[in-house]
Amino acid sequence: MIKHRSITLSPRNRRATLVHVCRATIVLGIASCLATRMFASEAFSEAIATTQPNVVKIYGAGGFRGLEPYQSGMLVSSEGHVLTVWSYVLDTDYITVTLNDGRRFEAELVGADPRLELAVLKIDAENLPHFTLSDAIEATAGTRVLAFSNLYGVATGDEPASVQHGSIAVVTNLEARHGVFETPYNGPVLVLDAMTNNPGAAGGVLTNRRGELLGMLGKELRNSLNNTWLNYAIPIGELAPTAEKIILGQYEGANTDEPRVQKTDYPLTLDMLGIVLVPNVLERTPPFIDRVRPMSPASEAGFRADDLLIFVNGRLIQSCNALLDELTYVDRADAARISVMRAGQFLEFTVRAVVDDVEEGR
Amino acid sequence: MKLRMAKLPWIGMLVFGLTLLWSSIFIDADDVSSAVLDAETERIAVMAGARQTVLAIFSADGAGGGSGVVISSDGYALSNFHVTSSTGDVMQCGMADGRLYNAVIVGIDPTGDVALIKLLGRDDFPAATLGDSDLVGAGDWSFVVGNPFLLATDFQPTVTFGIISGVHRYQYPSGTLLEYTDCIQTDASINPGNSGGPLFNSKGELIGIVGRGSFEKRGRVNVGVGYAISINQVKNFLGHLRSGRIVDHATLGATVASNAQGRVMVSDILESSDAYRRGLRFGDEIISFGGRPIRTVNAFKNVLGIFPQGWRVPLGFRHEGKKVDVLVRLRGLHSASELRALMQQMPMEPPPEKDRKKVPSPRKESPREPSIDDVAEENLEPEGPRPDDFVKKRTGYANYYFNEFERSRVWEAMSGHGNFTTVAGAWHFEGSLTGGGRFALDLDDAAARLTLPMDEVLVTLTDDASRSLDPPGSGGLLLTLAMWRRLLVHGPEDFGQVYYLGTSPLPGHDGLVDVLVGLYAGIECHFLIDPVEGDVLSVEMFPGEDVDPCRLRLSDYQAVGQQQVPHRIEISHGDDIFSVLLLDEAVLESERGRP
Repeated sequence: MIKHRSITLSPRNRRATLVHVCRATIVLGIASCLATRMFASEAFSEAIATTQPNVVKIYGAGGFRGLEPYQSGMLVSSEGHVLTVWSYVLDTDYITVTLNDGRRFEAELVGADPRLELAVLKIDAENLPHFTLSDAIEATAGTRVLAFSNLYGVATGDEPASVQHGSIAVVTNLEARHGVFETPYNGPVLVLDAMTNNPGAAGGVLTNRRGELLGMLGKELRNSLNNTWLNYAIPIGELAPTAEKIILGQYEGANTDEPRVQKTDYPLTLDMLGIVLVPNVLERTPPFIDRVRPMSPASEAGFRADDLLIFVNGRLIQSCNALLDELTYVDRADAARISVMRAGQFLEFTVRAVVDDVEEGR
Repeated sequence: MKLRMAKLPWIGMLVFGLTLLWSSIFIDADDVSSAVLDAETERIAVMAGARQTVLAIFSADGAGGGSGVVISSDGYALSNFHVTSSTGDVMQCGMADGRLYNAVIVGIDPTGDVALIKLLGRDDFPAATLGDSDLVGAGDWSFVVGNPFLLATDFQPTVTFGIISGVHRYQYPSGTLLEYTDCIQTDASINPGNSGGPLFNSKGELIGIVGRGSFEKRGRVNVGVGYAISINQVKNFLGHLRSGRIVDHATLGATVASNAQGRVMVSDILESSDAYRRGLRFGDEIISFGGRPIRTVNAFKNVLGIFPQGWRVPLGFRHEGKKVDVLVRLRGLHSASELRALMQQMPMEPPPEKDRKKVPSPRKESPREPSIDDVAEENLEPEGPRPDDFVKKRTGYANYYFNEFERSRVWEAMSGHGNFTTVAGAWHFEGSLTGGGRFALDLDDAAARLTLPMDEVLVTLTDDASRSLDPPGSGGLLLTLAMWRRLLVHGPEDFGQVYYLGTSPLPGHDGLVDVLVGLYAGIECHFLIDPVEGDVLSVEMFPGEDVDPCRLRLSDYQAVGQQQVPHRIEISHGDDIFSVLLLDEAVLESERGRP
């Protein structure tokens, strides 16, 4: 479970405040004789020194049409689990993770939850520095924060991630359903007053000034109403339960590599549902629907062209090939739960092949 | 602290009372500790001081410009090349005192995007203190001062505040030329108009020259990622910039790549490079460079970017399993004509880092560069002398006026060691060799003769000066000595062609030394001169391109008549010391006979 420790900035009663100031005046008065330099440079050095080893650079798919092939992430176990955002960067068999000390590892995707835009990677290493998700604390508006990320890919090898500073402006819910921001996530976010969410920053770390974990920097989000960019982080408390389940292998349907029990002799096909995918030209073509045949089961269930298929019966699908393979485990007599992403929204449909078609198919 | 308080209740009461008084005067003071208020007061004072040194730069015709910062009380100031390239040789600079000053270009570093200018009209300009950018680290407080979007029509600069986000950043060349190596990344706001202005640390010391931001799909405004050229890089180039030249960056003459194990290996090398002559080969591993460990290609490029062409920089590499440490002389990155051609291609402003499809901005009008038209009329009377008197055009120079100026300065310092024009006759030296035995050395305008125990070497210096590099193995000792005498006796005006190169490190000598370059009959000679004492510390004679020079190290200066003469001359060539001459007798004759 996650420990919640809230920091309040509400006014104390006057007497307590005065006592506090009185103490502080003496303590700091003495201190200021020696050094008045609160402004001095080492303000964040400890928080930075403890946080940087936990920050990783992630390289994967992209590199065209303004899609940067890199993002950021954080180590969340000593055995090499990396928490990051679920994005096109991970749409490849060759994900590379570079640690703060410059060591490079091939990473595998252990699991993902597109609704939280969360993914967990695993690298083959031990005794790594890491954040403990259950130690993350809840932050409130006004908290002064540090953001760590490899924005713009400026750091390579053993070069440390960039550090920015700012404050939490507000803790609020994203109005995702209104189509203002293109994201399926509609939980609480920590909105920041600093320019943190740049290309490559997604998956980065938000800490308070003591280096305690608060959140994960989200993907770039542009407000479609006023064309401003949102700088925000998702509170770790929203991500930790799912991330921990993925790490423990208990997350239902997230694991892409776990062997299935048994294939069916009478598998479901997309044709039976009336779904036509985009041409499967890449090794990992994202499974977008090209068109939906009118009057077909898919059409009636609510599928539309340009939907991206995410889950089939709760299992994460990352490519056309993976989808075709997954269907071989689904019996055509059973209803299938299929989730899609449409314009940043996460939708789930239940669809069943028409029996007549099934008969004909045999 | 609680215990101490209990023991000293009356102090507590006193402070309590003061605090009550304090909080009754200042409404919010009861929420803020005195240390924070002190820090704020100090910060305000630091920024107030730093602001005085900052320039708003405009071209003489009032078109665009940028920011700058004064670094000496006689008016030398730093900015970006991409700022001064758009303003021309004469510009106008507004300062926080509300006045406008004339300024001229001094020297430019187009690759590093640095320009040195000089303000005219005062010798007591407020100047920034140069910090040590190698001590800067992520998380340090920092602030940027400049004139973004021309917010100040009265030249009062804008201060933006942030932290250092990263150091030793490498930013690939943008457009054709500008390469930001070893730069400092900050989240203090940097916007159009801030270019060329200062990045200060919390003490108000100048740690960088702001010049670039990561701008991409959000239009040309701050996205929390700005870069500044480190002041330590600028310090390395400052002497060169004062020379009025178009200064070049350097290459090792070898390219490197990281291998699968993450080591940095030589992937290609020019056989004509000094690095090759010092033993570096294809496939060798680079271990350290410029005193820093090298683990990434970026780290290697960072080091390469902070040194000017021609400097000798320590390089550590592994060759066939053996670690080798050498000093390697850096080659120029561009030829003079290449540099000129590239400068002509230079856009007035560096383009965004990557040309990506841009999301349309809601604001149709993009933020514009400052224009002097926005400045109030009464401020438009620049002070001081006519700037045209401080500009001299010459190919290869940003402003030849300053080369003549620096050459005269160095020659004056050298004159402190005596006027050698009065001893233009034969010079006769005798002494011992460190390996044993005696030598005699005779130098005059026509010939140089070295008499050794077993040998006598003569080099005649006719008009088409002999290319004899005798004695063998020295790299041209007699020619080098003759060039040294020629400069002292004939001076920079009559030597041939002499220009001021800038400054350079010299092994075994603290700080940088001045360098004069003499060209005579196809021979290039570098004279390394103590900037204060005026001693010629070293002479390097390059008989041709891509050849190791003959190097003299001159020391143990003693008076001979009115002149100071070195009594120890160490000769080296390539990796070896050829010999050391220890003088015990020196005679400098005037042209008509003995002095």
